[in-house]
Amino acid sequence: MPEGFVGRGLRRVEDARFLTGRGRYVADLQEPGQLHGVVLRSPHAHARIAALDAEAARAMPGVRAVLTGEDLAAEGLGPLPCPATVQTVGGPLIIPPRHALARERVRHVGEGVAFVVADSAAAARDAAEAIRVAYEPLPAVTEAPAALVPGAPLLWEEAPGNLAFRFEKGDRAATEAAFADAAHVVALDLVNQRVHAAPIEPRAAIARHDPATGGFDLLLAGQSVHNIRDQLADAVFRLPRERIRVHCPDVGGGFGLKNFLFPEYVMLLSAARRLGRPVRWVADHTEEFLAAVHGRAVQGRGRLALDAEGRFLALHAEMIADLGAYCSPAGPACPTNSFSTAVGGPYAIPAMLVEVRGAFTNTAPVDAYRGAGKPEANYLTERLVEEAARRCGFDPVELRRRNLVRHFPYRSALGMMMDCGRFAENLEEAARLADRPGFAARRAESEARGRRRGLGLACFLETARGAPQEWGGLRFEADGTVSILLGTQSNGQGHETSFAQVAADRLGLPVERFRLVQADTAAIPRGAGHGGARSLHLGGGALVLAAEALLGKARAIAAHLLQAAPSELDFAAGRFTVRGTERGVTLAAVAEAARDPASLPEGMAPGLAAEALNPEDRVTFPAGCHVAEVEVDPETGAIALLRYQAVDDYGRLVNPLLTAGQVQGGVAQGIGQALMEAVAYEAGSGQLLSASFMDYCLPRAADLPALEIGFGECPTASNPLGVKGCGQAGAIAAPQAVMAAVLDALAPLGVTALDMPATPLRVWQAIRTARDG
Amino acid sequence: MLAPPSPVTVEIIVNGTPRRACVEPRTTLVDFLREHLGLTGTHIGCEHGICGACSVLLEGEPVRACCLFALQVEGLSVTTVEGLAPARGELSRLQNAFCEAHALQCGYCTPGMLIACHDLLARNPRPSEEEIREAIGGNLCRCTGYQQIVDAVKLASGQEAAHG
Amino acid sequence: MYDFAYHKPGSVADAVKLLTADPEARPISGGQTLLPALKHRLNRPTALVDLSGIAELKGIRKEGDTLTIGALARHVDVAESAEVTSAIPALARMAANIGDIQVRNRGTIGGSVANNDPAADYPAAVLGLGATIVTDRRRIAADDFFQGMFTTALEPGELLVAIEFPIPEKAGYAKMRNPASRYVMTGAFVARLRSGEVRVAINGAGPCVFRQAEMEKALSANWSPEAVANIRQSPEGLNSDIHGSAEYRAHLVTVMAKRAVAEAG
Repeated sequence: MPEGFVGRGLRRVEDARFLTGRGRYVADLQEPGQLHGVVLRSPHAHARIAALDAEAARAMPGVRAVLTGEDLAAEGLGPLPCPATVQTVGGPLIIPPRHALARERVRHVGEGVAFVVADSAAAARDAAEAIRVAYEPLPAVTEAPAALVPGAPLLWEEAPGNLAFRFEKGDRAATEAAFADAAHVVALDLVNQRVHAAPIEPRAAIARHDPATGGFDLLLAGQSVHNIRDQLADAVFRLPRERIRVHCPDVGGGFGLKNFLFPEYVMLLSAARRLGRPVRWVADHTEEFLAAVHGRAVQGRGRLALDAEGRFLALHAEMIADLGAYCSPAGPACPTNSFSTAVGGPYAIPAMLVEVRGAFTNTAPVDAYRGAGKPEANYLTERLVEEAARRCGFDPVELRRRNLVRHFPYRSALGMMMDCGRFAENLEEAARLADRPGFAARRAESEARGRRRGLGLACFLETARGAPQEWGGLRFEADGTVSILLGTQSNGQGHETSFAQVAADRLGLPVERFRLVQADTAAIPRGAGHGGARSLHLGGGALVLAAEALLGKARAIAAHLLQAAPSELDFAAGRFTVRGTERGVTLAAVAEAARDPASLPEGMAPGLAAEALNPEDRVTFPAGCHVAEVEVDPETGAIALLRYQAVDDYGRLVNPLLTAGQVQGGVAQGIGQALMEAVAYEAGSGQLLSASFMDYCLPRAADLPALEIGFGECPTASNPLGVKGCGQAGAIAAPQAVMAAVLDALAPLGVTALDMPATPLRVWQAIRTARDG
Repeated sequence: MLAPPSPVTVEIIVNGTPRRACVEPRTTLVDFLREHLGLTGTHIGCEHGICGACSVLLEGEPVRACCLFALQVEGLSVTTVEGLAPARGELSRLQNAFCEAHALQCGYCTPGMLIACHDLLARNPRPSEEEIREAIGGNLCRCTGYQQIVDAVKLASGQEAAHG
Repeated sequence: MYDFAYHKPGSVADAVKLLTADPEARPISGGQTLLPALKHRLNRPTALVDLSGIAELKGIRKEGDTLTIGALARHVDVAESAEVTSAIPALARMAANIGDIQVRNRGTIGGSVANNDPAADYPAAVLGLGATIVTDRRRIAADDFFQGMFTTALEPGELLVAIEFPIPEKAGYAKMRNPASRYVMTGAFVARLRSGEVRVAINGAGPCVFRQAEMEKALSANWSPEAVANIRQSPEGLNSDIHGSAEYRAHLVTVMAKRAVAEAG
């Protein structure tokens, strides 16, 4: 058992309220005098709005306002910005205007056309049905490759050929030379399908406006209050940032989706200002499928060059990224910048080249979803490795063993500086767990029942950080508690516990003494929110810096109280003592004394608090090896996932129980992507065919086996805690492990190509195609 | 043509106490609990009978409160997540096991999940892993991957969790 | 959801009176299908007639060669009924595997059969066993009852009261679920009645539950999974969606029929 709190699987302090129904989510909160907003959405994938008549709706009982794109234009509101920066080639990233409500044209099914505000949600819904919109349908395109074909329906005049950007990274000459000399070259066309993050709590927000101050207040279910505030203030409302407060109560999961500024927030703020009353909107899940953001949606061709011994020589990825109809805030960055950090995985590949084209389509915007480019990069890499093993006759474990990075620091061909890792140990330990020698007997047992069994193993490399830098603070309160203030944000990850563990060790106080303050631009001066597995890495670093600053101030006060020099004091177990004596004072007593100016050194402000900006911008490298075993029913194509094991390295673990939860949850989402999840649009009409959980398949408990995740801890020096970040990893690792197992099971039936999700229909079709040629 | 819709008085026994309110006929049980009684522990998720976030016990059996009208349960007994703990400030054995095994993250599905697991343990005090996974088949969780929920139910039933 | 009037009659006669007086009124029993439809504003009844207080619609009883199940029997009641389990175990198993526990605690056999959703389970048992639908005014043979997608022989205002199942010599059911909704993608209910008649009913695959005559003939001659293993269902007219093409469903008809026969023993 480690000393202190860090490293222990403590029970979460936030659980008591969630377990007794006392959690507070946006939909649980009511504002006096509140009105209810409902969005009228486009039923067309692409159409011109010839006319919009809301007179009948405005006259309906209880209706307070109907806002249209023209109303928001008259108000002078700017479009929702896309702050992503992408190193493009052959021209800049094209960011077409994305207005909160459509003006003149709609470009995807579900795009907002009008916002109805009424005394009740039911009245608003009734009125929305009474709005008459005359649409002139236009041809639509819903697949990115088709959108880039000359002559495809054009979404934006400013983006000829529907091309938003071209991106290129890597050494083309070295890559091409390596392919030219390679003993083996394998190539694969792969689709990393469009999926939906699907937090169980839908988006929701309540907007208020104070006419006296001109200030806005936006309470929302979000992950990144400062980014949303800044974008609203700088680009949409063009107000000083301090005039908009954005804050969150408990948030019911996000997985990336809730990071972003959404059109509905603009509609709500505008309506609140116009009407002088709080306005509330709670999305239903169909709205979430239609009009939030989707994830992944990247496809293309990967090639891997090997020498005769199976050493990787070069990797080339030529991808097409589907951006949807608009550039969502991080949409263009995921398939480019983020993808490039992780492509090649944990392998030493001397030459790499990534080329990406971004395409506009008549679909909902695409943005970050758990991993945000890194799952796509790892999936491509590992599928190529599997293909190489099969085509060239290498054992898949031996092939990986031969190519893993073993010596650190290692600088990748695309410039990533890996400081440490235990890639080889992860592989060897996972391969042992897989019980490969016993697999033949298990396969035979399955075959006796008419089933096909497959074993798949795959590695992953996460590149964790998200936005660089983070802010943290610590403040002793009058009631004896200590506030931890952080610019990162929990939406289920247990920060109230894990950050308290970190602070408790640093300050020598019990965990129960701490309270987390987060997700409020009025209480936290800056922050980059949640995403990129950054919270403990950057937020933890900021907290440690704040603790050091706080102890520096406390030391000065303690020295004053003890009439000693600060350098004569030792600090341990929450107490300053004068070295070599019994004289001392607890930190709690110092904090109490600090409230009284008379107890302080001259010139020192009262109170005990400190803050720090963590300037860190280094990336950490969580990594691991995952093993899946599946059984396929060849008659129906149904797949049963029988075993799932992994050995991962997330550096030092602050709370192993919470780490396990994060990884298992990510793995479940990765399994979902591999086997069941897909957002489907109907070609031509652009109608969304997977608009609810009746058609969008989320993993249920019985779809999953026991998830056995082991940890090997290789601490990083990139932050003072040695943590690497674990939030995204499972979703980055699982798809390729599961697909390797599925393809292993199907190989005897002649199936060599299969895209995710490996649904019963797809698997059955693949078996039939292989059989019939 | 029948009489036009008008608010109706309904009385439901919620967590042991008869609660009465005047509701529109279209008021669902979950809206009755949340809006009329302020019991917001029961959550609204998908609203079409898949996610189970709105699960409550009706006469001791789990049902979806979003797929029921309040009027349909007139006079019947409903238990919500607020009624599972033995006393205020305490946790039930199952709730405690959820905390111990880290069976919840964002907490949004948790009330419904607790309802389903509470019912399982009432019917089957020592369920197998398979039985647990089947019993929570009507409840979606997007955070946990379910493993730690399975572990919690095992823990609550006095069985050692197989995977921790 | 639009608003509506709500009635809770205490007898079949009163319910029928209410439903007949207002053609836009709809009966509601468990509501597991109706509520989501109302929320999506897919229909707009002026009134709902809650059947749950009508004692005549309740109960499960076995009399001679017939098992009678009241319209209000919930899936959980059928699954756990000793009478059903002993008389038609395949029917009890079917009920135990409908949806999830929350649905089984509310959904009723009468609601399921009267709604005739192509992806519902019970219509396959009703048609596959050649059951008789008892309404407030007449008795309807299963072969005449299911008329199309969400369409039955019930007249406006006519109330399904009970279903009389002949107790078969053997019966089995197998289904492939839609992975997302868990409803039936394709199912097959096979039965050999005490009269010697063999029936095969296919649900999920087409717009309406239907009998598979070729399989019935083959099983009449040879009751074994092999007898149906090579009988191909034509995909023509079958349902097609993102989870299953018509060809896939046609293929599943054979697989599920084979498995249903194996389950029946």
